[in-house]
Amino acid sequence: MTELTQQTETAKPAAFAYAPAPESRAVVDIAPSYGLFIDGEFTDSAAGGLRKTVSPATEEVLAEYTQAEAEDVDRAVKAARKAFGPWSALPGAERAKYLFRIARIVQERSRELAVLETLDNGKPIRETRDADLPLVAAHFFYYAGWADKLAYAGFGAAPQPLGVAAQVIPWNFPLMMLAWKIAPALATGNTVVLKPAETTPLSALFFADICRQAGLPRGVVNIVTGDGSTGASLVGHPGVDKVAFTGSTAVGKEIARTVAGTDKRLTLELGGKGANIVFEDAPLDQAIEGIVNGIFFNQGQVCCAGSRLLVQESVHDEVLDALKRRLTTLRVGDPLDKNTDVGAINSAEQLARITELAAAGEAEGAERWSPACELPSDGYWFAPTLFTGVTQAHRIAREEVFGPVLSVLTFRTQEEAVAKANNTPYGLSAGIWTEKGSRILKMANQLRAGVVWANTFNKFDPASPFGGYKESGFGREGGRHGLEAYLEHA
Amino acid sequence: MTHGYARRYGAVVTMPTDADTSSDAALRRQLHGLPGVDAVGLEARAAALGTRSIKTTAKAYALDLAISMIDLTTLEGADTPGKVRALCAKGANPDPTDRSTPKVAAICVYSDMAATAKEALVANGAPEIKVASVATAFPSGRAAMAVKLADTRDAVAAGADEIDMVIDRGAFLSGRYLQVFEEIQQVKAECARPDGEEAHLKVIFENGELATYDNIRRASWLAMSAGADFIKTSTGKVTVNATPPGTLLMLEAVRDFRAATGRQVGVKPAGGIRTAKDAIKYLVMVNETVGEDWLSRDWFRFGASSLLNDLLMQRQKLSTGRYSGPDYVTVD
Amino acid sequence: MSTPEPRLPVLKTYKLYVGGKFPRSESGRVYDVTDSRSTWLANAPLASRKDARDAVAAARKAFGGWSGATAYNRGQILYRIAEMLEGRRDQFATEVAAAEGVSRNKALARTDAAIDRWVWYAGWADKVTQVAGGANPVAGPFFNLSTPEPTGVVALLAPQRSSLLGLVSVLAPAIVTGNTAILVASHEAPLPALSLAEVLATSDLPPGVVNILSGNTAELARPLAAHQDVNAIDLAGAAPELATELEVAAADNLKRVLRPTTDTDPHTPWTADPGTSRLLSFLETKTVWHPIGT
Repeated sequence: MTELTQQTETAKPAAFAYAPAPESRAVVDIAPSYGLFIDGEFTDSAAGGLRKTVSPATEEVLAEYTQAEAEDVDRAVKAARKAFGPWSALPGAERAKYLFRIARIVQERSRELAVLETLDNGKPIRETRDADLPLVAAHFFYYAGWADKLAYAGFGAAPQPLGVAAQVIPWNFPLMMLAWKIAPALATGNTVVLKPAETTPLSALFFADICRQAGLPRGVVNIVTGDGSTGASLVGHPGVDKVAFTGSTAVGKEIARTVAGTDKRLTLELGGKGANIVFEDAPLDQAIEGIVNGIFFNQGQVCCAGSRLLVQESVHDEVLDALKRRLTTLRVGDPLDKNTDVGAINSAEQLARITELAAAGEAEGAERWSPACELPSDGYWFAPTLFTGVTQAHRIAREEVFGPVLSVLTFRTQEEAVAKANNTPYGLSAGIWTEKGSRILKMANQLRAGVVWANTFNKFDPASPFGGYKESGFGREGGRHGLEAYLEHA
Repeated sequence: MTHGYARRYGAVVTMPTDADTSSDAALRRQLHGLPGVDAVGLEARAAALGTRSIKTTAKAYALDLAISMIDLTTLEGADTPGKVRALCAKGANPDPTDRSTPKVAAICVYSDMAATAKEALVANGAPEIKVASVATAFPSGRAAMAVKLADTRDAVAAGADEIDMVIDRGAFLSGRYLQVFEEIQQVKAECARPDGEEAHLKVIFENGELATYDNIRRASWLAMSAGADFIKTSTGKVTVNATPPGTLLMLEAVRDFRAATGRQVGVKPAGGIRTAKDAIKYLVMVNETVGEDWLSRDWFRFGASSLLNDLLMQRQKLSTGRYSGPDYVTVD
Repeated sequence: MSTPEPRLPVLKTYKLYVGGKFPRSESGRVYDVTDSRSTWLANAPLASRKDARDAVAAARKAFGGWSGATAYNRGQILYRIAEMLEGRRDQFATEVAAAEGVSRNKALARTDAAIDRWVWYAGWADKVTQVAGGANPVAGPFFNLSTPEPTGVVALLAPQRSSLLGLVSVLAPAIVTGNTAILVASHEAPLPALSLAEVLATSDLPPGVVNILSGNTAELARPLAAHQDVNAIDLAGAAPELATELEVAAADNLKRVLRPTTDTDPHTPWTADPGTSRLLSFLETKTVWHPIGT
């Protein structure tokens, strides 16, 4: 599928053309089909059929995996329940050592996992290698260290785990989201049943093998794969004590309704429409990088993406010129090529949504621009796109595109910037670019967003809490705060 | 591309050059009005550009380009005519086993060796290789103005095609911008030859002593406005020499300066670039920051000595498939 | 040629550990180290005040890099120390058994506890800031944040009786937060400490972060306690009278002083839950104010 884009500049052959530099696929060995990882082993489904997962860059079928039905989910929850007693009774220092092992094995196998993730997700190897995998290992390291220190975390002298955690994760950072879910749950003594996204099940299935290598007791981690119905069975299962979901706001609301009236604890990490606010006194060259990183990192399929650029009118033209010039150097294409900056969109369905919203942007009168770039003929692709002349009323300024599409708006004063940035039902992230420290802190106070980046964007660290305000969800992942979601309230 | 940056930098571009009406304060206002540099972001960008994977045909192109951009340098107290002649022979014929190897861009020496270098290059059949001479009390820049100008005059008279001057870092750091500005202008005037040609002027900031990225950006604009043909990172004589972030910042400066004024200025990182891998990282930086207009020896140079042999070994590896060793390149 | 039975073992020359290197004492002196039944085990270096001075210089040189490393990086290195120690568990159990006069099983248990203690402190590297620091709600338009920072160069007098677990229990909490250390090993039982140096040297720990001296505790402790470039001293291994004398000397540049525990059983302080008291002993709190405005 090729998305036609308006091209305002034409490509010419480059003097210094980078030859293909593909990362080897041989480092990863994908089985033809996968079962469900329940109670320490891969098992077939009671009734469910097989689904296919494809490489979004080529539409090649990578493997078949199992559609878990309600009875499979029930088995997984029961296995987790059975494992919960002994696991939670282990001294924290012993749980810590399992998690340290997992962290080390992730580090050791990081190249393999990076290639796998790139194949299944479509994101560039540069990102899986330099961002996803180091963060995954670091997350396990970080929470490993908490397992024997829970008494110091500020949640009481002897905080207790909740029980069985049902965890449903999205396709944009499959293994990283798994780490964000599983590491704190296990550190605090919970056991888990995790459902990866239907388009990206493979890294979670490989993670099952890491649990095996680490000698993790059976049933502590269970992986059930499938589509949304599997997820619904899991979060609705009466045997789970905790539901943690990362994904769309619409599904998040559905889950909130499902758990209403139960004793299940809930945390939700949902969508966003982050404002990236550039003042006239910003460090401009770095701001350009931050804008690019904010919206084109992971093809913009990031819940905290800086999808709305709010730029002070006095520097609008400079910023746009510099931004367009920078976009012409983005390399779009084969995700396995080490020089690729922008990879494939994760699925045909997501591509259709991005395409529809971009069309709406044009229809509503915003001006569309993309750099000249050749997109592969197979796979799901969308060129980096920016819209200028966008107003708060446009759909592309209000709805989460979840793709490489930047809406550019302007402001005159700080108050106006804050008002526009906050004028959304979402509240996940925001960026501020100015050299003035007191302004950064004033803005940070006023912005209704769970993460505020100043003179940087899309920075993540296991020690730093992450999560949203308003319809971007509730609960925090990461840091000391991330423990709270998995501990009984003292 | 429109020239949005021109408006922002307009004040600097029209910087008054008349000593009677200009002042340190005026220059300070203009230079300090340039956008700030966020060090973390700059360094992250430079590091990201350093992760490009340059293979096969791209590598072959880059290696040859890098060789052709070298200012092959000897700047030692122990330099002798014999050493300089050997260096010229090396620059003219870097790899005797492969005549397709490009020649270097220039031979960079102290001013008293400029004439020797000029003769040796002609004798080696490579008169097109430039002679670059350091000047203005290199490397410290600590001398009376008359001495600095005489140093420059001598080098030009000896046939130097290019003058690598150092700025007075003490003056810059103490805010005497006007002094730095005027020194560059005066040295530039000494670069003129009787025949109407002029030696190209490279202005060395000694980034390691300027200490901040903001200062490097200010020095870049000051030097370009005063007439520099090239801006150069370092003398190679202090602890911190050329770095990827410092060079990236200077590339951004020449890019913006051209957008503002239409005049193109070259960039020369010098000191500490010893491997082909490092050189290729710099070329990637040039390619993705200022583009191919700067991808030639006319606009980008490496100030280096040991870099050449590593480039040659990599070049041999590409053509033979075997890793080369230091015994298979010439040592001068 | 066959090896005669029993094979004659190759004995190890025990050396100091200073600045990442393994020097002999500059004094050229050694002293007898024996086990609990007075059987000779090895000659240990009898370090001098000049060795102590060199160790301080090495620790100071290493401080900038180590305290500036990310907490994550320091945690990884401490965990690596645990991994390397685990690989030499038998060797250390043997040395501990000889040094402390206990059964092999007991020595193994103490060695295991020492390994686990590295893991415990490794995990603290990137958590102590959140536990010991935080935002302060001052009454005004100011951002106000307190963060713990390492004190600097710390002299540690290792416990005299708990030759490995005790020593790890004073060493790990000092360095995990970014301090650098001069560790004076137990006088009578220095061998596990000197062997630990070999573990540290192969665990990516930068040279000079930990420096280990063996010898007469008082002879080494006095110049360290008086040294103007030492910022703190842990008196765990000092007898009461010496401890008082050292504390007086330490007052000269207001070193932070951690007094020895007064337990009658020399092992109790080290087998108990380590808590955070030692971790927090060698930290300074820095508070930053910044206006919030437009």
